[in-house]
Amino acid sequence: MSDTENSSANSLSSSILILKDIAFQRNEELLFSNINMAIGSGEILQIQGPNGSGKTTLLRMLSMTLSPTLGEILWEGKNVNNVREQYLGDLLFLGHQSGLKKSLSADENLLWWRKLNKDNLLPNSDALECVGLTRDKSVPCYHLSAGQLRRASLAKLYVARAKLWILDEPFSAIDEQFANELKMLLENHLDNGGVVILTTHQDLEIKGMKYISLTSPHKSQ
Amino acid sequence: MTNTGFVAIFRRDLLLAVRHRGDLSNPIIFFFIIIALVPLGLTPESSRLSEIAPGMLWITALLASLLSLNSMFQDDYNDGALEQIMILPQPLYFIVLAKIIVHWLVTGLPLSLLAPVFGMMLSLPEYGYLPLMLSLLIGTATLSLLGAIGSALTLPLDKEGFLLPLIVMPFYMPILIFGSSTVQFAIDGLSILSPLAVMGSLFALFLFVAPYVAAGALRLSVQG
Repeated sequence: MSDTENSSANSLSSSILILKDIAFQRNEELLFSNINMAIGSGEILQIQGPNGSGKTTLLRMLSMTLSPTLGEILWEGKNVNNVREQYLGDLLFLGHQSGLKKSLSADENLLWWRKLNKDNLLPNSDALECVGLTRDKSVPCYHLSAGQLRRASLAKLYVARAKLWILDEPFSAIDEQFANELKMLLENHLDNGGVVILTTHQDLEIKGMKYISLTSPHKSQ
Repeated sequence: MTNTGFVAIFRRDLLLAVRHRGDLSNPIIFFFIIIALVPLGLTPESSRLSEIAPGMLWITALLASLLSLNSMFQDDYNDGALEQIMILPQPLYFIVLAKIIVHWLVTGLPLSLLAPVFGMMLSLPEYGYLPLMLSLLIGTATLSLLGAIGSALTLPLDKEGFLLPLIVMPFYMPILIFGSSTVQFAIDGLSILSPLAVMGSLFALFLFVAPYVAAGALRLSVQG
């Protein structure tokens, strides 16, 4: 089971994303239940919990690749299933798998992704420079290190116009300097009225951060 | 709008196919090996070879197409690209269709174009070449469409490769029957219009149905 630290019942009306009594069951096992959370513009939510507690599952639910067993997710007051296209248009999801093609370069990978999301981009042509991949951007991705791959994937943050960022472990494998840059990028997004939901084992210390804490299902039984 | 996903997937998959040139020639090499072995294993006598040629050519084309099915969605599934594709605010139908078309362009089309060469190796009469190519062009496209369904359904079962052939084989059978009879009819001097028409209608049917079903199967597979 899980406990939610929900202090925002009073701001429910101004919330842009609301999780209502979310529960998820897989193979007869209840992974989590009673997840309630309301997030407004400019707010960041961190999902915490030990490995295997369902953080990624919850993120995949929020990106609509999984549907919750119980409960509903509301975007701007409407169930996401009813406003699917609009919600997905506002969403940028970076899972723990990069989605990068190993035989294409970082440049080609990003170009492909930009074409996929053509209607939803900022006119920013040097995203790979922003993540420090100037020199290696034309090299096939199988020559890149884990950190460089992560950077290539995070370059999407510099071109997406999406309001809601859902990031699975964005800080893994990257060095301290880029971690600071990424943190600033997140804060900048929040200042512009964006919403960030992420999992990380880092202590981010961003003001007004909200938390959902998942506990290991095995412990509670 | 709806076409951005189609165009982007289409171009990237073609680019990937070009980068993996080795995989590209696999079905053709497979085809070549079988056709080269048939005269050695059965008989080098051209009259008997030309008797079995239509069926042999079609069975081999079917197996070659089957062998290449695994790659349709598996790579995208393994590296997370499928997830990125599926959360696009666009209908999955066109995206799946783009992947099917590329699959056909890199497997079915080259096989169909090279078919007269393989036909020659099996002493297929010359007037059978064109019917063979025509039936393969339509037939392999239908195989790719059907294969997409099976490929999407078996996506989470990466290691259990035998399931995919089991699922798609029954649906492949009518195409094999009408495909080889198209060639047989041509050799026997009959009109090839009726078997070709059946193949054409099967193709038209699955062109509309298969991407929908495959898209639904993908959604299920990604949940698992």
